[in-house]
This record gives sequence, C-alpha cells and structure tokens, in this order.
Amino acid sequence: MNFDFSDDQKFLQQTARDYLAEHSPLSVCREVLETDKPYADDLWKGAAEMGWQGAVIPEEYGGAGFGHLELAMIAEEIGRALAPIPFSSSVYFATEAILQAGSEAQKKKYLPALAAGTTIGTFALTEKTGQNDIENVQAKVSDGKLSGTKFPVADGDVANFAVVAAQGDGGLSLYLVDLEGEGVQRESVTSFDPSRSMARIEFDGAPADLLGEAGQGASLASHLLDRAAALMAFEQLGSAQACFDITKEFTTGRYAFGRPVASFQAIKHRLADMWCEIELARSNAYYGAWALSNEEDELNVAACIARIQAGDALEQVSVEMVQMHGGVGYTWEYDCHLFYRRAKLLGAVLGSSAQWKDKLVDRIEAGEPS
Amino acid sequence: MDFNDTPEEAAFRAKARTWLDANAETMKPGDFSAGPLDERDDPASIQSAKKWQQKKADDGWACLTWPKEYGGQGATSIQNVIWNQEEARYKTPPNIYGIGLGMCGPTIMTHGTDAQRERWLPEMRMGQKVWCQLFSEPSAGSDLAGLRSTAVRDGDDWVINGQKIWTTGAQFCDWGILVVRSDATVAKHSGLTYFVVDMHSPGIEVRPITQINGGQGFNEVFFTDVRIPDAQRLSEIGNGWAVAITTLMNERASIGGGGGSSVHELIELARGIEVDGQSALEQSSVREKIATFYTRTKGLKLTGYRTLSAISQGKTPGPESSLGKLVGGRLTQEMAAFAMDLQGPAGALNDPSQLPQAAEWQDRYLSIPGLRIAGGTDEILRNIISERVLGLPPEARADKGIAFKDIPTGPPSN
Repeated sequence: MNFDFSDDQKFLQQTARDYLAEHSPLSVCREVLETDKPYADDLWKGAAEMGWQGAVIPEEYGGAGFGHLELAMIAEEIGRALAPIPFSSSVYFATEAILQAGSEAQKKKYLPALAAGTTIGTFALTEKTGQNDIENVQAKVSDGKLSGTKFPVADGDVANFAVVAAQGDGGLSLYLVDLEGEGVQRESVTSFDPSRSMARIEFDGAPADLLGEAGQGASLASHLLDRAAALMAFEQLGSAQACFDITKEFTTGRYAFGRPVASFQAIKHRLADMWCEIELARSNAYYGAWALSNEEDELNVAACIARIQAGDALEQVSVEMVQMHGGVGYTWEYDCHLFYRRAKLLGAVLGSSAQWKDKLVDRIEAGEPS
Repeated sequence: MDFNDTPEEAAFRAKARTWLDANAETMKPGDFSAGPLDERDDPASIQSAKKWQQKKADDGWACLTWPKEYGGQGATSIQNVIWNQEEARYKTPPNIYGIGLGMCGPTIMTHGTDAQRERWLPEMRMGQKVWCQLFSEPSAGSDLAGLRSTAVRDGDDWVINGQKIWTTGAQFCDWGILVVRSDATVAKHSGLTYFVVDMHSPGIEVRPITQINGGQGFNEVFFTDVRIPDAQRLSEIGNGWAVAITTLMNERASIGGGGGSSVHELIELARGIEVDGQSALEQSSVREKIATFYTRTKGLKLTGYRTLSAISQGKTPGPESSLGKLVGGRLTQEMAAFAMDLQGPAGALNDPSQLPQAAEWQDRYLSIPGLRIAGGTDEILRNIISERVLGLPPEARADKGIAFKDIPTGPPSN
C-alpha cells in the first residue's frame, strides 16, 4: 500500500505552485475576468515552456513524456491559482482524445503543436441546455462534412480545433474539426466565470476527420469524459483548497466581539466540516489519478467518485467562503467571487454532479470493482 | 502510487487467511458484523470472545502491533490492517477487547513502570482479563477534565469516591483505567491522577444503563471508599490529564476508520423494493442518494489508505484521524434513515421476521446516535480538527487559570 504521490511528483507540484504564485496571482485571473481577453496568453506560453500542456505527450511527439500522476499534480496547481487558461479543454480533452484514438498521422499533426501550446484544442459534445447526452447527439457528418450546433463549448472561441461528437455512417463517432477553416461559425457567449470562455459553434459543411473507429464515438466520448473528470477533480481540489486557505486566514485575522471570528464555533466547526469534505475529495481524486495512470478498468467508478466529491466540496467551500467573509465577500473587489464563479463553471462543464451520480450507480450495478 | 499488496504483504495476507480458514467460518452475504456498541453482556458471547482471543494469542494473531517485548508480534500497521480486513470476512464473536488492547494497553506501555507492564500486559493479551475505561462522569463528558470523583491518599492506598458513567462493559470487566481528582485547589487539568483499578474491589457498584436501542452496553459505576494501592497509579500524581490524552488519542484511532457500513447492502435493499412497477434503484432520487453514500463511503476508506501510507512512511497519525468518526457516524445515520424511508410504511416496523435484511437498518438507526457521542462527540471532534489540525484559535473559556473548586457549575443563585 502506497497511496501517495512520490517525492518527485511532489517536487514537480511545488515547482508548478511556485511558478503560478509568481506568474498567476489572482490578479491575473481577475484581469481576464474584467476585460475582453479570453485567456491569459502570456501564462499559456509560460505553461508550455514549463512543459505542462505536453506533460503526458510522449517525447517523440514533442511532449515531456510524464504520466498522468504528474499531470494531476499540475492540474491541482492550475486549480489553486484559478489560472485563466484553456488548459482543461486542450489537455484533458483534446490531447487525451488524440492520444487515445488518434492515428499516427493525426498524432504527428496535432500533438507537437498541442505540447508547444501553439495549438489549442477542445471537446464539443453538448448541443443544448440540459445534461450531456451522448445518446442523442444531433450533429451529423456525411461525406466528411460536419453540420450541426455545439453549445456550449468550453474555450470554443479560442480553440484552433475541436474533437466533435457527431453521427456518422457507422453511428456516433468522434471527429477532428479545424475551427478556423470553412464551414465553421462561432461566437463567444457570456460565461458565468468570464475568466474562462464559452462559445456557440455552428458547423455547416466543415471538413471532419474521423478520430478513432467509426461508430465508437459513444464509448470513446464516455471514456474521455472519465479521463477528463479524473483530472478536473484535481483542478477542483486545488481551487477548493485555495478557497479554504483564504477563508481560514481571513476568519483568523478578523476580530468581532473582541476575539477572532474563527474562534467562534459557528465558524470553526464549519471550517472543520469544510476540511473534511476537502480531505475526502483529495482521497477520491488520488483514486481517480491512480486508476487513470494505470489504465485500470475501475476508472469508470473512480472518475465518478473523484468528480462528485471534488465538485461538491468545491461548491460547498466557495459558498462558505463568501458567507464567512461577510459583507466584503459580496464585493467585486474581494476575490471570493472568483472562486464562487469558478466552482460553478467547473461543476458544469463536464455535466452536473447529479449526472455523474446517475452514471456512478449504473456502473456500480454493472459490477463493482473489488 | 500502488494499492496492491507488496509481495511481503501478500504473503502475510495469505498466511492470515490460511489461519482464519482453519479456525473460523466465513461471512455469507446478508451476515452483518457486530457493531462497536452492541450489547455484549450475554455470558455466552463473552465466553466465546475469550476463547477466540485465546486462540489468536496462542497462534500469534493477537496484539499484532504490540512490541514483541510485551507479547505482541511487532507487526507493522499495514499488517494489522490486513489482518483486520481478513478477520472481518469471518464470523467472529463480538470484540470485547477494543478498550483493553486498543487503549489501555498502549497507555500502560507509554506511561507504566516495568513492573506495571509485566503485571498487566500479558494477561490482557491472552484475553483472560477484560478492561474498561472509567473516565466520563455525569457532569463531565465532553468537558472531561471537569470530573469530580476524588482520590485521597491514605498510607500506601488511595481512597476513591464518586461516580463514573458510560462505562462500556463494566459489568464483565476485571480491570479499569480510572481518572480522578486528587487536588481541587489547583487548575482543573493539573489536579488529576490516573489509576488502574481492580473492578472486583469492595465499594464498586455497577448499574447497567438501558440505551435507546434497548441494549445495555454502558453502565454507571459508583465508587464508595474504594481502595487502590499506590502501586496501581500510572505516572505521577497530578499528571493524569496527560495520561488520559494518550488513552483518548488511541480511542479515536480505534473508534474511527469509519465507512464500515456497507452501501452494497443499501443497493441490495433498493433493488428488491418495487415502486411503480420497477425497482426503487431505478428512481433518480434513490440513485442520487446511493451515489452520494457510495462516494463518501469510498472517500472514508481511501482516506484511511492515505493515513496508512503516511504511517508506512514513518509518520504518526494525529488528530486528523478524527475525520473518520466525524464523517462516518453521520454517514451511517443518514444511510440508515434513508434505508428505512425506502421501506415505505414498513419502515415503521422493527420486526426482523417481516423486513428485508432482518431489520438491520432499524437497529443501526437506533445504535448510531451512541457512536456519534461516544469517544468524543461530533462537536468535540470539530473542536479537535479546527484547533489541532487547522490551528484555529481556541474557544474563549470561563474556567482558565482558576482553581477547580472555584469554577462555576451552574447558574448563579440570586
């Protein structure tokens, strides 16, 4: 039994934390949130120089050749810093999709540029308001041309290409689609957390390059969501921990009735509960990372519980963060709302907690791993 | 990161399994293991528990983590966990040794003299003598250091008067660990002294307390001029609080580790209940609850694995292990409540012959409030986490820096 990250992995995490402390203080997140900038491009380039986008891309394709445990450590730090970059879309989805299902030619075409950060990818599955519905995708590909609407697409306004789920000859399949080419119209839509951007994309005869086998789209998409969920859980965990740390510091430093606010049980007991939720989230996230890095079948359950606990914990602590800050927590000036917004955005982009819970029960019923 | 047994761990597990196969019967689906606060005063189950402990001790499976010099196996914590995992797969008598082996033993090892260790540890290990803990009092539960039972020195003896309460198993125990006030003129934590008391001493009266589940696991214990030789004092006079803390940290470590209640039983229950022509397990409200329970149960188990990994790296588990009991207690209560809701109007029954799973969830619902109070209430655990794990400022207190006898004990009289 060694259910922990190695010293090397922790060292990598510390390096990422130090880098982000210097290059992505919350003022960077706030700048993207308050301006028309879709993301922090300097930070994106810096991250690529650190090798983060290419963390799990093999060296032969220009990546760092690390494993998913290392990527999980980076993800946690991205979450802690609320880094305003399209990391999850490009790394957890687009890169994973190509690594999982790409042909040699597709890998050669996309992976080096993804690793270098010169190309941004994303994943386009959802089509309308409501839960992710792999079974009822309406977008269609015929004769290699994609038509349909994808909405909302995380980072769809800044991505260069998308992995798109659409109905093809053999049933639901995944396709690589150039978002800067013909037959693509896209517009930014106002994001709940404007430090991360969202888009609507209309495809009308856009050239689509089959990714993986025709008709395998449903299982591929489902597996991709699991992989991304396991990684996203670390972003959520990092954000939750930051939320908690800031709130703890604030309530310890603020005095009311002649004593620190954090000395009142009304506050300290809730902080204890928040800590418990984050610890459970950490444990489940570790499990997800383990399953992902070992390509275990039980990733299908591990991803669910990592996702559910991390998402629920982050939502809870972000709500408590605003509440425990009192009046200033509700001001634009304080950073609480950055976390409050990010919590809901991260909780939504892969489908809601309720949807993951439903999926979890399906999978437990189908045969629970020991 | 690796969940699998190392080759050494796998070999140990196989050895444990071989011994258990030869000496016990495996649990079958639908069997429930005994909860930590079950009624245990039935003489037959005490006898079978003693026999089981003796058998384990004879073959080297008792007190695995105790050092070899005290008759243990010097096993690692991981090996102990592997043993517990394996033993839990078999039908075994109720564990009446948790307090003795888990709390009293380690306290005696830490604070006892060589003579005291020699005197008590071997017989404790063999299961011949059962131990209980005499800490709480009617006016000192969460505020344990406010206890009022007294110890007065008389020659080579101490004379004890007062009342203890919530003493698990006192009616069949041979020895008890006892904290009493030896000096009321100093601050409350400074005036306590810790003893080992022979439960068969004259002047001790044990009265069972009937719990809300009908069980009688706890007792009141009255002390009237009970004499304890000074040789049975553990550590110095006035150092009782430090010794008690050693015991309590071991208590939380042994009560904790929650997540024992199986979410799979709940899934089975839901699957078997029909609602609108389909299994209740198809209902989204049921699924959401079950997924939440599963996620949290698994989270507790995995948090335990993180603790174990820290132990195997040479770290000592600290107050953070309060998480297991705090989260696990509430979780089990919520699961039991939900299971009863699932039963519909039949949830109003408590008849094992009429209900699925022999009304086990009803039993749990009635038992679990005890677990949320015993060994540190949820509220005390939150204090421990917030102050000792998170370093938050302590609660303002009205009893600091004054002699125990001057601390207010009720509203001021006009």
